[in-house]
Amino acid sequence: MSSEIAPPAADMQAPERGQPSAAASRPPWWQMAVRWETGLVVVLIAALLFGSSESATFTSPITLFYAGINIGYIAIMALPMTLIMVTGEIDLSVASMLGMSGALLGNLWHHGWPIWPAILLALAAGVLGGGLNGLLVTRLGLPSIAVTIGTLTLFRGVAEILLGSQTIPLASDRPFPAWLTKIGVVPVSGTELSYTTVIFIVLAIACGIVLHATPLGRAMFATGLQPEAARFAGIRVARIKFWLYVFSGIMCAFAGILLTAQNSSVSYNAGFGLELNVVAIVLLGGVSIFGGRGTIPGVVLSVAIVGSLQMALTQMNIDPNVQQIVIGGLLLISVVIPSLGRVARWLGPSGHKPQWALPKRHRQ
Amino acid sequence: MKRINGSRTLRRQAAMVFAAVLAGSVIAACSSSGSSSSAGGAAGGSTASPSSTGIKKGLVVYFIPKDTQNPYEVLADKGGEKALSELGGKVVVSSGTVDTAAAQIPSIQAAIQAHANAIVIAGNDAKALCPSLNQAAQQGIKVLSFDSDVACGSAPNHLFINQADTKTIGTSEVDILAKQINSTGQIAILSAAASATNQNSWIVYMKQQLQKYPNMKLVKIVYGNDDPATSLTVLQGLLSAYPNLRGIISPTTVGIQAAAQYLNTHKSLLNKLVLTGLGLPSQMKPYVLDGTVKEFELWNPSNLGYLAGYAAAALASGTATLSPGSAFTAGSLGSYKVLAAAAGTGPSVVLGPPTVFDKSNVASFNF
Repeated sequence: MSSEIAPPAADMQAPERGQPSAAASRPPWWQMAVRWETGLVVVLIAALLFGSSESATFTSPITLFYAGINIGYIAIMALPMTLIMVTGEIDLSVASMLGMSGALLGNLWHHGWPIWPAILLALAAGVLGGGLNGLLVTRLGLPSIAVTIGTLTLFRGVAEILLGSQTIPLASDRPFPAWLTKIGVVPVSGTELSYTTVIFIVLAIACGIVLHATPLGRAMFATGLQPEAARFAGIRVARIKFWLYVFSGIMCAFAGILLTAQNSSVSYNAGFGLELNVVAIVLLGGVSIFGGRGTIPGVVLSVAIVGSLQMALTQMNIDPNVQQIVIGGLLLISVVIPSLGRVARWLGPSGHKPQWALPKRHRQ
Repeated sequence: MKRINGSRTLRRQAAMVFAAVLAGSVIAACSSSGSSSSAGGAAGGSTASPSSTGIKKGLVVYFIPKDTQNPYEVLADKGGEKALSELGGKVVVSSGTVDTAAAQIPSIQAAIQAHANAIVIAGNDAKALCPSLNQAAQQGIKVLSFDSDVACGSAPNHLFINQADTKTIGTSEVDILAKQINSTGQIAILSAAASATNQNSWIVYMKQQLQKYPNMKLVKIVYGNDDPATSLTVLQGLLSAYPNLRGIISPTTVGIQAAAQYLNTHKSLLNKLVLTGLGLPSQMKPYVLDGTVKEFELWNPSNLGYLAGYAAAALASGTATLSPGSAFTAGSLGSYKVLAAAAGTGPSVVLGPPTVFDKSNVASFNF
């Protein structure tokens, strides 16, 4: 789907170098045949076969529902992260944003607010938080990694102020509405998919269309590959990045509301540390940390791989440290393999660099 | 040009190093859940068969600690394994590596899918685990909590294995500290996670007991998240913010050890600062013997897990129920009775009073 719409990095990079050789201007045959997503499909099939052969309960339908409960809200945060990383930036505040919106929802609910206004305000907090990230990155030109590490702490701090050590609802509070909390208990009727899974699929299709089939998506790739060239070509680089951060904020706030409903409760540390899982899923999905490369189908496959591996390994009673070694190892491989192909290019006079690592004068 | 190239290469390398570090830290952050298991008797799920004592053979009990690394809970899980092996059953220990509800939910799901007979959980969150635990209860799995209770109301109804009466722990720690600082001065609490149910309920009783000591003032509660590094950081912040601090209560084994280690290397603080709380004798022994810490307390975590194991087996076999007064035998610990629900805690069983450790007895405990 994407090879036509989203040109491989090698193609886009070729003119950037002084003397592109004939071999480099067209990727070698094996690069065309062996796309990253192909590799992910193979890994996914291997993970599914492994799960069904090693665990007696892996093939029962409820596994799909449980996996959706465990990873759905994380996967939703991976979608805006994908778009942001394609433009060469990063957002490490996602899990704290999730925590802050959930905490705000809990705080308002505790103070007697009806559910819908509380949800709307929690989403508005996402817009504001994302907007703050976007302003600091695009207007002040600060490195996004530094900005979002700052807001990571800031948002979590706000969440702690909002809820303190309480888990909402308290015994004296109303419980959350049953139609909302049922998403943590029952699958979407007629399926084995959790509500978060269905929402993720819908959002993934929408993000996939935007990224791979619209001028806006093409502008995101261009921004990630060559920000200056993109700007001279008339792409509003700063504006795109700003709205992507707002989008990320609102998606993470939404994930926070979903997690609150799923758990029938919220405490300030909801989603603590998940930003690394989100980045891990996106990287494993083949999105370049340098920007300009990556696909939504790749990230969806990555979600499926991590979700099924986690279910299989847990069912098999594998030590959690070993599980982390498996997933961490997969991730390392996913970072190293694409880089091997670029070693030659690194030695060249010009190369590809991540936007978040650059000072303002090099940024857009 | 060459210089620019150099710096670009550097940045590129820095970016790759960052990517690798991210990858590495995911090893520490992925909260995927897993477990180690230890078999005592027959394997298999709901195939348990009754024996002459009424306790079924071949019971499978999932122990879900806060995480798999906490030394205190490792001992408790071992106690549970001992209990089930005496009963011809099996314990599966399953949890994540970080203290979050999200890391425990996959273990609850695994217990459901394995058709376990009972779940014994130490809750990382009072409520977030309830929907999953309720699903387990609906599948006929008996739910028990220990160490840190969950507040699920009647969905599901569960038995709390209480390490010691919550009120006794809170009040006795304040009393121990008051005795050592002549009931005067600023004090602080170094707790675990701000959402930890057990910590918070003890702190409630500490505050209550402090009303008896008008000259002792609780100035701050800090949270070290049961992580040694975090505990140390918040402790240093505490000491610089309150230079006149007289006492610290750390009702967590991780916190008190981190604090004791710090005081041990900053002996000048010892003249004015007293540390007490809940600690493991094996970890605290050197600090008690060299005078860094005079007194601390704890119950035997191994016995707690042992009691939980027997209670789980009794519930799963139907020889005990959640109704007040229901009795069961817990192996070498003797007979226990289920207490009625009271003040936010559901039906519970209390292990016994905490043991106070000092120079005279600390060396004689091996946990």
